[in-house]
Amino acid sequence: MSDANPSVNDAILQVEHLSMKFGGLVAIGDLSFQARRGEITALIGPNGAGKTTVFNCITGFYKPSEGMLTLNRRDGSSYLLERLPNHEIPARAKVARTFQNIRLFSGMTLLENLLVAQHNKLMKASGYTVLGLFGFSGYRTASAESIDLARHWLEKADLVDRADDPAGDLPYGAQRRLEIARAMCTGPELLCLDEPAAGLNPKESMALNALLMDIKDNTGTSILLIEHDMAVVMQISDHVVVLEYGRKISDGSPHAVRTDPRVIAAYLGVEDEDVETVLIEVGDEDVIEQLDTGPDSTHGPDSSSSYFAGPVIDTVGHSEGERVTVSKGASKAGQVDARSGAAARPASPAEAKPTEKPSATKPAAKAPAKPKTPGDSNRGGGNE
Amino acid sequence: MAVTTSPERDIVATPMQRATREALYAGAIALGLFVLFIGLRTDQNISNELILVQRWWLLAVVVVLTMAGRFLYVAYGQPFLANQKIVDVATGLLPQSMAARFFRLPYFIAAVVTVAVLVFLAGSLDGLLGPGLAGYARFLRALATIYALASVMFYFRTFIHAHFSALGITALALYPIIVVLVLAVYGGSVAAGFQGSLKWVDNYGIQILIYVMLAWGLNIVVGLAGLLDLGYVAFYAVGAYAYALLGTQYGLSFWILLPAAGAMAAFWGVLLGFPVLRLRGDYLAIVTLAFGEIIRLVLINWREVTNGSAGISGIPKVTFFGLMSFNVSDPNYIAKVLDIATSSAYYKIFLYYLILGLCLLTAFVTIRLRRMPVGRAWEALREDEIACRSLGINTTTTKLTAFATGAMFGGFAGSFFAARQGFVSPESFIFLESAIILAIVVLGGMGSLVGIAVAAMVMIGGTEVLRELDFLKQVFGPDFTPELYRMLLFGMAMVIVMLWKPRGFVGSREPTAFLKERRAVSGSFTKEGHG
Repeated sequence: MSDANPSVNDAILQVEHLSMKFGGLVAIGDLSFQARRGEITALIGPNGAGKTTVFNCITGFYKPSEGMLTLNRRDGSSYLLERLPNHEIPARAKVARTFQNIRLFSGMTLLENLLVAQHNKLMKASGYTVLGLFGFSGYRTASAESIDLARHWLEKADLVDRADDPAGDLPYGAQRRLEIARAMCTGPELLCLDEPAAGLNPKESMALNALLMDIKDNTGTSILLIEHDMAVVMQISDHVVVLEYGRKISDGSPHAVRTDPRVIAAYLGVEDEDVETVLIEVGDEDVIEQLDTGPDSTHGPDSSSSYFAGPVIDTVGHSEGERVTVSKGASKAGQVDARSGAAARPASPAEAKPTEKPSATKPAAKAPAKPKTPGDSNRGGGNE
Repeated sequence: MAVTTSPERDIVATPMQRATREALYAGAIALGLFVLFIGLRTDQNISNELILVQRWWLLAVVVVLTMAGRFLYVAYGQPFLANQKIVDVATGLLPQSMAARFFRLPYFIAAVVTVAVLVFLAGSLDGLLGPGLAGYARFLRALATIYALASVMFYFRTFIHAHFSALGITALALYPIIVVLVLAVYGGSVAAGFQGSLKWVDNYGIQILIYVMLAWGLNIVVGLAGLLDLGYVAFYAVGAYAYALLGTQYGLSFWILLPAAGAMAAFWGVLLGFPVLRLRGDYLAIVTLAFGEIIRLVLINWREVTNGSAGISGIPKVTFFGLMSFNVSDPNYIAKVLDIATSSAYYKIFLYYLILGLCLLTAFVTIRLRRMPVGRAWEALREDEIACRSLGINTTTTKLTAFATGAMFGGFAGSFFAARQGFVSPESFIFLESAIILAIVVLGGMGSLVGIAVAAMVMIGGTEVLRELDFLKQVFGPDFTPELYRMLLFGMAMVIVMLWKPRGFVGSREPTAFLKERRAVSGSFTKEGHG
């Protein structure tokens, strides 16, 4: 996907047509974006949007169903991440990551945690254990260097006073910082952070921002982060990608994304009284019919379902098969698309308050919905 | 037993009332538990019929003892323990600890005097007191000796604690010499000293050290890498049969076959490692258990090679690095070379130092490896495998090296075992052995070399000591055989230790690197691993 088409080396990570399916569930559908070198790229989206799945694909914990993940290293070499074994992604492609639920080696000290992160370097220095076992000096110098590097990152993370305490003994915020320090000890070119600010208080959040900015400015490591804390995202990221239901709905600078109505709708939903309007504007005749007649008693919505959860058709029992896909209509962003499209058609620009940005219309618009109803195709026309 | 009092009654219940009530509950539970165990017993009568013998008196005694125990504990024990934690108002100090009260100088002097008197009278005890009382006197002497030794250890406890490893190694290195000297003085001649040392060096020393080595080897797999291996005895068997077969068939020396046996066991470790790489926890344990059984069954059924259940005998003895032999018929027999009296104890003492050396090698390699990237990766694997992969650690090779290293030490121990016994059969490599080795590792504290060595000493030495309790015949009558209660006592001891120290004797772990000071990591942070 070449929407912005920057020079290849400018992008450290290119995600192209990434899809991840678990059985019938499409966790990520045809996602393309890129993270530029030396920038902080944020991946945001509501819960369940597939952000962590994208991370797991990038770091090799999942093998994507389709798509290509290209990582361009500084020295010019490129790696196709979907083809590398799990442990070689950090080792060769230099991608490090942290986890949403912190995964430290809790019974080892902080220093040991950071030494484990330098495993591959030390293994080579110790002659794959053999030379080190007999006390060759090469390993000893490498070992001292690794301790220096660990001390450097402990100082950056403000944890050097607790270097000899077990990692499990640290407070939550410090564990987050330690996990980042540990990831940095692998010497990564791309650092993937999965909700680094989750559970932090504002002060810790500030410290985290400072740490991330420091990493970006002083090490040249590019950062890809998932975050729910919009203060963090807006403050530090250079580029934001928004996912909803596994599809990209917006992509651009933090400011552009913040004002994108599709993003607002994805996070906040459309207002209650607008739901019916939207559905009608979408032109979903089934919906209009059902709104008129009330739910069909046999095929109607479950008693627990609500119109506000999305179009009624979502909640109607499907009998085609086991394939469980979230209907494109469930996407709040899709509803906004539809509404803006419908608004543009009768040529009443005053109503169409969403300004149609290129970023929202190009690949992203394609992602949430394929044309099915006349309204959808109209929307496409309106966007052009 | 759970506290059975309700809150409003707790206010009025004095310790006495509470103790009475809890004693009654305890009695009721004991009655229910033991009525079929102790109250009734099946036996054969003179015409080979099965009859029920009723032992209500014995049952009553047991129940009353249980009630009395519970009563004393609740009425006096609990208040006493609670008072131990209350500071004295006048002095502002906590009461003296139990140990400080128990080990006092006057008691110590009394114990030493008792031992001295009884040792002095050792020969004439039977004449002075009669056989019954003399038995009790010997029992008293044993208790007084233990008390005196314990007092000395208590007095030097900080020193012992600080230098435990060095003291332990010194004690182990001097052990055969001390045994021979003490027995020589006791028996009045050097020959008697050597002859008497056989049991102490072989049954205790070598036996314990073999298990120390096996447990240290398994510790790499279970304690460090967190991979639960229930079939470790298979590698022991591979090592033993490698030496037995190659030694008897090709006449190769022990010193060539020791590394060969280690290499073969390591090879089998890798072979086992491959299929179980994807398994974790219980599944891993079951597959390794099956592997252990497969090896044993192959040894039984592949008669052409292994001679089946009959085993392999006539395994050559170890030579003193080819310079001296321990076969009486050989021209370079040690007694002929050194021109000393013939004794079978030389071989045992040599074997003792050999296994001690192998144990120290195991400990050295383990300590060294822990400070290397591979050792840290093992421990990291135990803590969190997914995090390991996210840091670029190849978990496959890391697991395989853990299996191979652990198996290699098992193989060393196996070939030593074959050389020591001179005979191997599949009987020696049953699942119970794996279970005992694993129990030693768990009891000692996973990952701790010192704890594991102590646990091996307690478990293997303890079972051997229980054979020695002949004085109990004085107490319970000549029909009493203490050996029969060995396993019962053993099981009870294990349960008590695990209640008292759930993480084993040494629950904390030593960090492998430090910036400012080395502080042990509490066991509550370390994980056991999930396979």
